[in-house]
Amino acid sequence: MLELRDIYKRFAPDKEVLRGIALTVAPQEIVCLLGPSGCGKSTLLRVIAGLERADRGQVLLNGADVGELPAYTRGVGLMFQDYALFPHLSVAENVAYGLRMKKLPAAQRQRRVEEMLALVNLQSYAGRAVDDLSGGEQQRVALARTLAPNPSLVLLDEPVANLDRLLREELMGELRRILKQLQMTTIFVTHDQEEAFALADRIAVMRAGRIEQVAPPAQLYRRPINTFVASFLGFDNLLPVERANPAEGVVRTPAGDFPLPVRPDRPIDDCRLLIPPDAAVLDDEQPGPTYIRFAGRVLTTTFRGSFFRLEIASMHGEQRLRFEFRTRGRDHLLEPGALIDLWLDSAQMLLVTEG
Amino acid sequence: MRRTLLALLYALPILFLLVFYVYPLLAILRVSFSVPAPEVVSQTLEMAASPSFWRVLWFTTWQATLSTVLTVLVGLPLAAIFARFDFPGKGIMAALLTIPFVMPTVVVAPAFLALIGRNGVLNTWLQASFGLTAPPLQLEQTIGLILLVHVFYNVAIVIRTVGGFWSNLSPSLGEAAAALGARPWQIFHTVTLPLLAPSILAASLLVFLFCFTSFGVVLILGGLRFATIEVEIYRQAVSYFNLPLAAFLSIVQLGVTFTVMVIYTRMQAGLSRSLRRRRRSQPRRPADLRQWLLVGGALCVTALGVLAPLAALVVRSFTLGDPGLTLIYYQALGQNLRQSAFFAPPVAAIGNSLLYAAATLAISLPLGVIAAYMLAQPRSRWAAVLDPLLLLPLGTSAVTLGFGYIVAMGPLRASPWLVPIAHSLIALPFVVRSFLPALRALDQRLRDAASMLGATPLRRWWTIDAPLLVRALLISAAFAFAISLGEFGATLLIARPDRPTMPMVIYQALSRPGLINYGQALAMSTILMAVTAFSLILIERFRLPGEEEF
Repeated sequence: MLELRDIYKRFAPDKEVLRGIALTVAPQEIVCLLGPSGCGKSTLLRVIAGLERADRGQVLLNGADVGELPAYTRGVGLMFQDYALFPHLSVAENVAYGLRMKKLPAAQRQRRVEEMLALVNLQSYAGRAVDDLSGGEQQRVALARTLAPNPSLVLLDEPVANLDRLLREELMGELRRILKQLQMTTIFVTHDQEEAFALADRIAVMRAGRIEQVAPPAQLYRRPINTFVASFLGFDNLLPVERANPAEGVVRTPAGDFPLPVRPDRPIDDCRLLIPPDAAVLDDEQPGPTYIRFAGRVLTTTFRGSFFRLEIASMHGEQRLRFEFRTRGRDHLLEPGALIDLWLDSAQMLLVTEG
Repeated sequence: MRRTLLALLYALPILFLLVFYVYPLLAILRVSFSVPAPEVVSQTLEMAASPSFWRVLWFTTWQATLSTVLTVLVGLPLAAIFARFDFPGKGIMAALLTIPFVMPTVVVAPAFLALIGRNGVLNTWLQASFGLTAPPLQLEQTIGLILLVHVFYNVAIVIRTVGGFWSNLSPSLGEAAAALGARPWQIFHTVTLPLLAPSILAASLLVFLFCFTSFGVVLILGGLRFATIEVEIYRQAVSYFNLPLAAFLSIVQLGVTFTVMVIYTRMQAGLSRSLRRRRRSQPRRPADLRQWLLVGGALCVTALGVLAPLAALVVRSFTLGDPGLTLIYYQALGQNLRQSAFFAPPVAAIGNSLLYAAATLAISLPLGVIAAYMLAQPRSRWAAVLDPLLLLPLGTSAVTLGFGYIVAMGPLRASPWLVPIAHSLIALPFVVRSFLPALRALDQRLRDAASMLGATPLRRWWTIDAPLLVRALLISAAFAFAISLGEFGATLLIARPDRPTMPMVIYQALSRPGLINYGQALAMSTILMAVTAFSLILIERFRLPGEEEF
């Protein structure tokens, strides 16, 4: 459907924004470009849309190179972070804009507009001015406008970033339902991993103009390819590895020795040991054969609702580690300074390349 | 006690406006209605029916309309380039565009004559290069020259208003249209133009207002062939002493200008409302050769359009009627020539002008600062009275005001104070509107923060208020100074002939025949330009970005 080959883009001699992007998107797939601000994800979106031209590389849409085509001939839909609704046009006129550009006859145009407004649940809003709408309503009008001309590919730039938390949750589900219902091929951009997990079939993590890793959400979460991806996904227990010897089956870190996780496909120098925050258990009994004992001192306890977060210093080597525990079944939290013994699941640990 | 003192202080600007603005305008009405009622009707009908009245009204209207259209046509592309591109020399271009804002008509009109008039630099050069006997450019006393100068004066208004609005349009609007299949020209006419329309209309109204009340330009460049209402008021009041007709014309003009002013104010309020919470676009470097050529062209046109006439003025004042350099016109300014029209050596006018300007500063700055403090207090009853009262003088023509003083001030008419008072009245809206934004920007939280950090009230004022306000005060002062120096319309009616100002001397010299008079006008214009340029540099130097409130 869409294939990006070796895309380069620089805005100034010392400002190279895209540095060799390669990515393939299958029909009906929802792909997320995830990365911190300034990583080039929005620029990549604009290159695909035709609003920027790549310095090098190819943009293939259904097999044809569209790299030289201006935006208005590509048939690619783009929804902006600030929605970019035309303030001088009504809701219906906004949705009809792309159809007017396609010179669709008025009757068909109106039918399509009604169809799209029904799709986003705004049937009664046709005549309203866009400035009167709430943020969530504006987002839905923008989506209807983007989808109305039936683009072959839809690009969404931070589609729910401008909404408050509750609405965001609701609209993310809605957005995925609509895109799947229309069998739309979609690329969207975000810096929020929760959004990426909730919406995407596959996630491409970007950093400084390059794609670091492309994988489905669950796989990405289970197997981040390097420490950058891992910390961007929210993992912060990344212990430096002093020595990892496959023969001994042991990883040595400042916090002590751990059983060697299975990573046969990688060289194991220059890496860190990742311990997920949910890999710890506070039980007295050993929960399973893969669990090992770990002693520490409580630094802080933070109540977060359904779970609480414990920051501890390891007994051995004073390494800071953070773990999350379910609140249920506990009537008091641990006091700072308390000494505790945890069970850590070595099966969930991971050796991650430094980088 | 403090409250009474404050009330007295606050009453000052309002009192000033009532006595020196409202009362003279009412006096004009009184002149119209001084005869018994039945005669007022018949007299008014008679004047309204006269063909000369309709001729003047018709000319005023169509030249203002045409000037506005031309100004928008020239200004719009420049506004687009200004809003969309970032390029070296942009700051200089912005500074160049403020020049017409403050240059007096008595400088600009002779400057254009010096450039493209019969004896202008361009004609001399063309004749010399191609061996022509007659000057090829015959623009003097044509409508073309008047229109050209009107464009020169007002194009900056279009660029500032529309360009400012344009750069506030979110760039994603155009990109969204492109992604929806709109070609560049379709984007312009379905998205950009409809969104810009209010700002274009607002700018047009202001330009129309200024051209409708154009005085100096038409008086100097139009000769006897062309007269706007403003020029006709002056002629009727001064040359023919037909006060009822002058009053009638003043009232007609006030009606038009106030209507336009009210619409303009309404539109301004609407504009600032529609600008809220939009993402600003970042001006970009031109991307390719075509865009660089566009930007370069705009830069050249602006620089040439603004600087060429002024440069020609300077050049001509040193070379008129002489192949080499000559200082005779400057020397003549110091002599009381026998055939000259002046009571005193023209050079004395420089002193007069500077004195009047100083007096204008002394009057308008304190009043303006008090008025700004009043307006800065939200929901104050004083502000509600003062705000519209302060806006009106902007829409009142100088000649009408001067005429009002003639009929209203009785024995005061001979007082030399009347001139700086009129200048102060004209300068007051500018003083207030350059000072007010700085005052409003003075965040109360900054003062609170200073207090919390241990500053005594006095130290707080000295370390927070003063540094932030002193720049605004300097800009206000520079505006008032420049306005007083260049004021022509009101001065011409009320200044005493034995104490002429520089603009008066220039006008009188221009209306006399002979090379020596013309040369003196050019020399005096050059001096006035230099002094005005000095205040302009002050304004540019101290301006804080994005703070005008016009």
